[in-house]
Amino acid sequence: MPTIFGMPPQVLFGQLSLGLINGSFYALLSLGLAVIFGMLNIVNFAHGAVYMMGAFCAYFLLNGIDLPIPWWMAGHFSLMNIHFGSHLSFWWALLLAPIIVGAIGMFLQRVLIARIAGLDHIYGLLLTFGLAAILQGLFQNQFGSSGLPYEIPDGLSGGHNLGFMFLPNYRAFVVGASIVVCFATWFVIERTKLGSYLRAATENPSLVRAFGINVPLMITLTYGFGVALAAFAGVLAAPIYQVRPLMGADLIIVVFAVVVIGGMGSILGSIVTGFGLGIVEGLTKVYYPQASGIVVFVIMAIVLLIKPTGLFGRAA
Amino acid sequence: MNYKIAGLAMAGLMSSVAFAPSALAADKTIVIGNVNDMSSLYADTGGIGSEVAAKMAIEDSGMEKKGWKISVISADHQNKPDVGATLTRQLIDEKHADVIIDTPNSGVALAVAAVVKEKNKVFIPSGAASAALTGAACTPNTVHWTYDTYELAHGTGGAITRAGGKSWFFLTADYAFGKALEADTTAVVKAEGGTVLGHDLHPLNTADFSSFLLQAQASKAQVIGLANAGGDTINSIKQAAEFGIIKGGQTIAPLLLFITDVNAMGLKVAQGLEFTSSFYWDMNDGTRAWAKRFQALDPAHHMPTQGQAGAYAGVLHYLKAVEKVGDPSDGAKVVAEMKALPTDDPLFGKGTVRIDGRVTHPAYLFKVKTPEESKYPWDYYKLVATIPADKAFRPLSESDCPLVKK
Repeated sequence: MPTIFGMPPQVLFGQLSLGLINGSFYALLSLGLAVIFGMLNIVNFAHGAVYMMGAFCAYFLLNGIDLPIPWWMAGHFSLMNIHFGSHLSFWWALLLAPIIVGAIGMFLQRVLIARIAGLDHIYGLLLTFGLAAILQGLFQNQFGSSGLPYEIPDGLSGGHNLGFMFLPNYRAFVVGASIVVCFATWFVIERTKLGSYLRAATENPSLVRAFGINVPLMITLTYGFGVALAAFAGVLAAPIYQVRPLMGADLIIVVFAVVVIGGMGSILGSIVTGFGLGIVEGLTKVYYPQASGIVVFVIMAIVLLIKPTGLFGRAA
Repeated sequence: MNYKIAGLAMAGLMSSVAFAPSALAADKTIVIGNVNDMSSLYADTGGIGSEVAAKMAIEDSGMEKKGWKISVISADHQNKPDVGATLTRQLIDEKHADVIIDTPNSGVALAVAAVVKEKNKVFIPSGAASAALTGAACTPNTVHWTYDTYELAHGTGGAITRAGGKSWFFLTADYAFGKALEADTTAVVKAEGGTVLGHDLHPLNTADFSSFLLQAQASKAQVIGLANAGGDTINSIKQAAEFGIIKGGQTIAPLLLFITDVNAMGLKVAQGLEFTSSFYWDMNDGTRAWAKRFQALDPAHHMPTQGQAGAYAGVLHYLKAVEKVGDPSDGAKVVAEMKALPTDDPLFGKGTVRIDGRVTHPAYLFKVKTPEESKYPWDYYKLVATIPADKAFRPLSESDCPLVKK
């Protein structure tokens, strides 16, 4: 049997494809972080929590939600649960969840995060870390830790045998969707007039404001967009992983490592590194599975030693 | 991430400043330490639910009406043996805990067992599976409730191999529990004339199993044994369905499955799985009545898992023994009494605590229902076979526990 680096090609190609799929999530999440860091200078530790909220939002859109209504609204002397029924499919969730969660993000940015603008990074980090803890705690208390089921949409169930592996249709769709969204984001920020306003507003907010552009609004919208990207990733993740409160907390550390390796705030860097590290992780699972949990961090340490600004970062 | 530990450390610090330890002659105060995974992949199988179960046992013991003061303190071990050992020490030294319960994650449980023995308290690991707890690592202070790797390996592994699943591939959680479960199942598979084609060790708390599943698929083994638990089992099975493994004819054998796992996967994915369990809420009137009480008290309103049922039964039996001894402070003495008293509760029925600390009761082979067969919420299992108490656990003649005299 022919082998490549001591591995049968089936195994190698299979793992490379899987790496690409995981990389799709890394890329989407680290892109959102990069956008937020680049424009707001906030290390958004709440990113994992909003990713989780995206997945829960998809679940609620499909199955409805029980909301506790205080007695003065319900007309009773107790807390009662009102069921808001809805049966919106995965495709609606893919559109609506980022909008809903993005709106929540914008609200949080306006009432909380805007107040610490211009302070040291550690304040933003602590604030968003605290937000994440509160959000995850609330969801965990309500839904437990093992999560809720969410099925693969009917049109995308099943898969194809590629010869070297069985590729589920849904996973192929995830890779495609992620690539399209990542490059659309890159294009908007780096190649359009809106993007140039955004970048200018980061460089010199007072000058941009002098041109009559509403900089605080742009910042809020940017945060909302970064959060929406995470929620989008959350909806994509719902059918594959569990819809569970800590799904983001377990992922966010790796995603931060991806951002650090790519270079904080670099849009292209986070996309390329996201996909790249997914593949590296996949390869590690072939050659030494036990190390697959730490390989990203080993790479991070090496990159920080050699090029502290990250692979695509510019020196400040 | 964990904040409870900091809170506990702080609370511990304050209390040690505020009060001097009170060692009364006839100690009528019992403190139960629920050293558990409160926030991660095993939090639903044990977690806060085990605290709920312990409190139900306190109520049902009726001892508070007789002047006993009994409380439960939960602490998050974060699935780290060193954290679990430190928390146990803190609970015993500063909170005067008399008994530590549940402790899912065998790695942590083995560390806790050593601390509890050193402090001469009682340890009831109702959520940990490693059979070493009543084997090589048995102590005069440990009473092992609910399930263990020997029981699970023989129940599920034996049944599937006898039914024709002769070649196995394991996906194994890379720590004490997974390795023990794989080793015990391998022994059973080989004894029944089967073969093991290979295994993959995955890190604890893995989100993506596709790489491992692909290797299991490529092995062409008839059976893929999952030597993992909680969130890891959920993700393995869900993704095995996605990659067409179940449709392709390979059997998935979850060696340890909880009802909360089935609930999280949904019946469409979980249907047809065969597994061993020591408890199911819908067995008889006694279990149903207890489970409904539990469900109302559980913050997430889940039905009780077998581990949580074990926490209830364990605490109930412990309290009976303490009442008889009259004082909880000498752990080994209480455990000796627990071994002398026959066990009897509505969840596991009548049983005994053996000399090695193993609690014996029947084990059950269940099959997960199809969505059509399920008639009401949490109606998930159907009984396939009952394994009698004397066959379910490792016989004392095979024991490597130093307490067993041969």
